[in-house]
Amino acid sequence: MSAPLVAVEGLAKTFDVSAPWLNRVAERKPRQFVHAVDDVAFTIDRGTTLALVGESGCGKSTVARLLVGLYAPTRGRVVFDGIDTVGAGGARPASIRRRMQMIFQDPYASLNPRWKVIDIVAEPLREHGFGDAAGGGGAAVRQRVTDRVGELLASVGLANADADKFPHQFSGGQRQRISIARAIATQPEFLICDEPTSALDVSVQAQVLNIMKDLQVRHGLTYLFISHNLAVVRHVSDRVGVMYLGRIVELADKGMLFARPRHPYTRMLLDAIPDIHMSGRARTPVQGEVPNPLNPPSGCAFNPRCPHANERCRAERPKLLAIEGVQVACHAVEEGRI
Amino acid sequence: MPAPLLEVRNLRVEFSGRRGRLVALDDVSFEIAPGEILGVVGESGAGKSLTGASIIGLLDPPGRVAGGEIRFDGRRIDNLPYEQMRKVRGRSIGAIFQDPLTSLDPLYTVGQQLIETIQTHLAVNGAEARRRAVQLLQETGIPAAEERLDQYPHQFSGGMRQRVVIALALAGEPRLIVADEPTTALDVSIQAQIISLLKRLCKEHGAAVMLVTHDMGVIAETCDRVAVMYAGRIVEIGPVADVIHAPGHPYTAGLMGSIPSMDEDRPRLLQIDGAMPRLTAIPPGCAFNPRCPRVFDRCLVERPELMPAGATRAACWLHATELRAAA
Repeated sequence: MSAPLVAVEGLAKTFDVSAPWLNRVAERKPRQFVHAVDDVAFTIDRGTTLALVGESGCGKSTVARLLVGLYAPTRGRVVFDGIDTVGAGGARPASIRRRMQMIFQDPYASLNPRWKVIDIVAEPLREHGFGDAAGGGGAAVRQRVTDRVGELLASVGLANADADKFPHQFSGGQRQRISIARAIATQPEFLICDEPTSALDVSVQAQVLNIMKDLQVRHGLTYLFISHNLAVVRHVSDRVGVMYLGRIVELADKGMLFARPRHPYTRMLLDAIPDIHMSGRARTPVQGEVPNPLNPPSGCAFNPRCPHANERCRAERPKLLAIEGVQVACHAVEEGRI
Repeated sequence: MPAPLLEVRNLRVEFSGRRGRLVALDDVSFEIAPGEILGVVGESGAGKSLTGASIIGLLDPPGRVAGGEIRFDGRRIDNLPYEQMRKVRGRSIGAIFQDPLTSLDPLYTVGQQLIETIQTHLAVNGAEARRRAVQLLQETGIPAAEERLDQYPHQFSGGMRQRVVIALALAGEPRLIVADEPTTALDVSIQAQIISLLKRLCKEHGAAVMLVTHDMGVIAETCDRVAVMYAGRIVEIGPVADVIHAPGHPYTAGLMGSIPSMDEDRPRLLQIDGAMPRLTAIPPGCAFNPRCPRVFDRCLVERPELMPAGATRAACWLHATELRAAA
């Protein structure tokens, strides 16, 4: 098997959320840090999809932004196709940026309202000098860019004529298609999708998910797919990582995770999904809420909500261990209690 | 069958603007029996929230009820003057909105808001109102209710705020609660808690619920009957199990097929091409005809009314009796 396209090791991001200096001095407030992402590690093989799921504030979007380079990690490495993207220091070379692109959640906020679609989709092409190499004057390059934009729009199911419109003339689903066209403009190998369909209606979500799947097959794309919707994750992913309070608590192949969830948090999440087919399966009632990330519980972060927590869970933080083909961070699973 | 608690007949809501009138709701009719939970489902812009707002008399101008009638317990409420409607709202019909932060006043403690609501609608003294407020918070599962009463909304988490909003909706002991996307702003684990809470409390208090949501899963878990809306009309209404398992309208079928399933693997989702038409450009005939996989001549010219379709009622010519006779 070839080396994975993306390998993340010991990734951590800490945000300083302290009060301003004067308040700290005058009111004796301590410095405060949020460990948004802590010790996250995973790999993604070429042509596959890794999904990260979790509730609000679990750090899944921070992971996406760390990978694409919008944040610099506090610790850890992001290795892309054998190249350490962080260690090089300073800005990433364009050669790497071209190969990984991002699709954002909100199709209303992620497109410049004053630009026409053609300019939005062509921006990454211009940035990365598309068509320059083939020579010819400025007019020839412009023509090549226009043709390429037409191709891209067609590949996401939009018409050539749409290139001259502004974002406000499109519905949410169509805007998300424009975002996808922009993201695949430079022929990237790796797409980071941060909740790409959570702002969309279900019938439109189905259209967008189908397009993303078709593109993956056609171009052999690798996806990191961030979502809070387990049904969507089950549909798109090959492997799934479940995050809780900045850490991955379970990482497994999709089939394993959904057929036999190991971590109590994964089980709770699966139980919480409303059952559309009303099969009447037994559901354990969900307990409690996500704790404040400023003041996480000691030991396992999930212990206050966990039905299997004991002294060890409250004192010692579990490591992500390989157990029976899945990776899970839970003392109870490790000890065989559940 | 008992007399319906809420009766909506041929409701029509219009927005007048410079460029003429927009019909946002057209010919919407349904009823809710006492203690029943009716789900209203549809995509953004289908008119489900407007239906809820018309019932509680909170349509924002320039929107107005332009036709039809709404009866609560036999009494017509759609044409009541503002002050009289204020007495109905909260007392007879409670409301829960999507965003728990904006439904609470940030400048008053949760207790002040609850006690004010209780005293507005029920003739009780301050001590009794406070006792009831504590009891309501306890019923909604808020720990240390006595202390929490004197806290402000910002001191509550999203899920806890929505519990407070539910307590507020129940404070006037209403017989109907209109809940507009009550769990959409919440995480899935909290959503499950709120849904089961809403279901349990309404049963205990004997309140009927009109639950507006875009989430078919929530409907399936909660409701007795469901109305599916499309482009300002009800396209299908019936018992929840029948609508989900044997939908009579192609739109309902498409909607169900486009939901990623937890139980089976499909390489592709069923997709309904296109998008819901804008209110300015609703096609003649059936509004769904440009997207419908089973469209035929009649759909393009004549608008279908709700008609029996198996165990449900669907607005689709596929179920017209003369057609069935011909087949």
